[in-house]
Amino acid sequence: MRRYVIKRLAQAAGVLWAAYTVSFLVLDYLPGDPVTAMASAGMDSGQIDPQQIAALRHEYGFDKPVLVQYADYLGRAVRGDFGDSVATGRPVTSTLADALPQTLQLTGAALLLAVLLGGGLAVAATYTTRRWLRQFLLSLPPLGVSVPTFWVGLLLVEAFSFRLRWFPAFGNDGLQGLVLPALTLAIPTGAQVAQVLAKSLLTALDQAYVETARAKGAGRWRVHLRHALRNASLPALTVVGLLVGQLVAGSVVVETVFSRDGLGRVTAAAVTAQDIPLVQGVVVFGALIFVTTNLVIDLVYPLLDPRIVVASDRRASFA
Amino acid sequence: MSQSLVDADADDPAEAAPGPTRPTDGTGTGPGPGRRIDVRRLLRFLLRRPGLLLSVVVLVLVVLASFQPGLFTSQDPLKGVPTQNFHGPSGAHWFGTDELGRDVFSRVVHGAQLSLKATLIAVAVAFVVGGLLGVVAGFVGRWVDDVLMRCVDVLLSIPALFLSLALVTALGYGTVKVAVAVGIASVASFARVARAEVLRVRQALFVEASRSCGARWYSVLGRHVLPNAAGPVVVLATLDFGASILAVSALSFLGYGAPPPAPEWGTLISDGRNYLANAWWLTALPGLAIAATVLATNRIARALDGEWSRQR
Repeated sequence: MRRYVIKRLAQAAGVLWAAYTVSFLVLDYLPGDPVTAMASAGMDSGQIDPQQIAALRHEYGFDKPVLVQYADYLGRAVRGDFGDSVATGRPVTSTLADALPQTLQLTGAALLLAVLLGGGLAVAATYTTRRWLRQFLLSLPPLGVSVPTFWVGLLLVEAFSFRLRWFPAFGNDGLQGLVLPALTLAIPTGAQVAQVLAKSLLTALDQAYVETARAKGAGRWRVHLRHALRNASLPALTVVGLLVGQLVAGSVVVETVFSRDGLGRVTAAAVTAQDIPLVQGVVVFGALIFVTTNLVIDLVYPLLDPRIVVASDRRASFA
Repeated sequence: MSQSLVDADADDPAEAAPGPTRPTDGTGTGPGPGRRIDVRRLLRFLLRRPGLLLSVVVLVLVVLASFQPGLFTSQDPLKGVPTQNFHGPSGAHWFGTDELGRDVFSRVVHGAQLSLKATLIAVAVAFVVGGLLGVVAGFVGRWVDDVLMRCVDVLLSIPALFLSLALVTALGYGTVKVAVAVGIASVASFARVARAEVLRVRQALFVEASRSCGARWYSVLGRHVLPNAAGPVVVLATLDFGASILAVSALSFLGYGAPPPAPEWGTLISDGRNYLANAWWLTALPGLAIAATVLATNRIARALDGEWSRQR
């Protein structure tokens, strides 16, 4: 078990480092000249003071060779310093840390809703014996993954805020204000969870051990939940791990729709202002979320299925 | 005797004849016997699935709208009649009119071109770059495979929207740039599928046979591996279509797409958002167009992915 944990941790660190490198390549290296981009953010290019550019260039270290810059930035990033936001001048790390709680609330609530709704739908669809009900339930997930999130959010606002006046349309006010954004964010994720879980539940229900459990006299509900669901939940858990990063990224759209403060709004503003250090911080943070959730899930697997630790050395997977 | 002459002669008939009954398992989407699509079978297949038929119709309409918007509407998408602003949906204006009195339906129809173009570019970028990475990794193997696949893993670890946003920050705004950003963000899944397929086909008996006949690596690749590995990657491309429409429209909703007067689908909705309280049609109906298109392409992708080859 210990070796398993250490190996996963090392892989996670490797992925983070590589994600940082990708963001460096894309953001600092790809634009012809990031300094001009930064200096001209918000104003017409062509009217920038050359001296100002030279000063910026020196401040950000762009007058040094790329590899030196990279090593320099990486060294600071390891210590949690992603530089200062170009737009506000505040450190990137504290800007993100301030915005984070709101977004964690939102994505946490959305994840909970997605798992409950998606899981419930999959269990209900595979449990029911009514053909029409099953068909109806199974037709919902494809619908859920096909609708644009921002559109669903706006329709919900239209219906529940403007017509029925049940929930506030904008802002961060407590639980009331969390319902609609979380639901909006949960719909595509829940749909994907439902698709995977329904499929693996159907496979599990065909297995011999289900037959055995039935033959031993276990009730239908018990077989469904205790025997089939436990085994079928592994693929769904993997999918959830992949989806958490999407949820955090989805907050960009949802927070814009509902005018909530949070990481998503900060990201959207940073992209608009071409605030390169801030965008870089967000990208690395996204990878951190992805790596952490997958780490947690990798550590949860053995609890669900004890065989996994035994086989873990041969398991080909990425962090 | 020259090597290449021999295998050119020996290969052709040998490969053409056992084509359909090749020992690769039947998941490929290649056409059945005769390499000709059986029209009656296609019709029967469609008529038994009304949802699929509807999806095909929707997609055909969207494609038609993007090439010949004049077929659907004669109104100018950019010219407004200020006295007729905020009219609800009616016979004259199917989707109502916006704050400047422009016809929303004609804006949606004309917007199809921009959105479809962006989607095509995104899918093409993902298909070409991802496919190339996957094929090289799978075909060359060894350390090249390791290096390329580790890179792909890293791309997967950054949430797609964040990666697209980073690329937009670096490249700038505009329909084409947004499309490229969306395409790059889905390179990873294409690379994985392409690699898996190439690895599967590379181990097939007929590839080994052609190798042992002395075929060069490029002819093995071009004649045997690529055609047989293409199926699932093409299916993924059709699936990616819907996802790309959503991603492109999300980015244009956030304001990174074409500049304002252009009727891109995502932009239409973000414009309508300001009038949500008094003009629901400005957001609801363009969104319906996006949802219907995505739903249609996803349904068709699902049909291509197995349903078609399973039905005999």
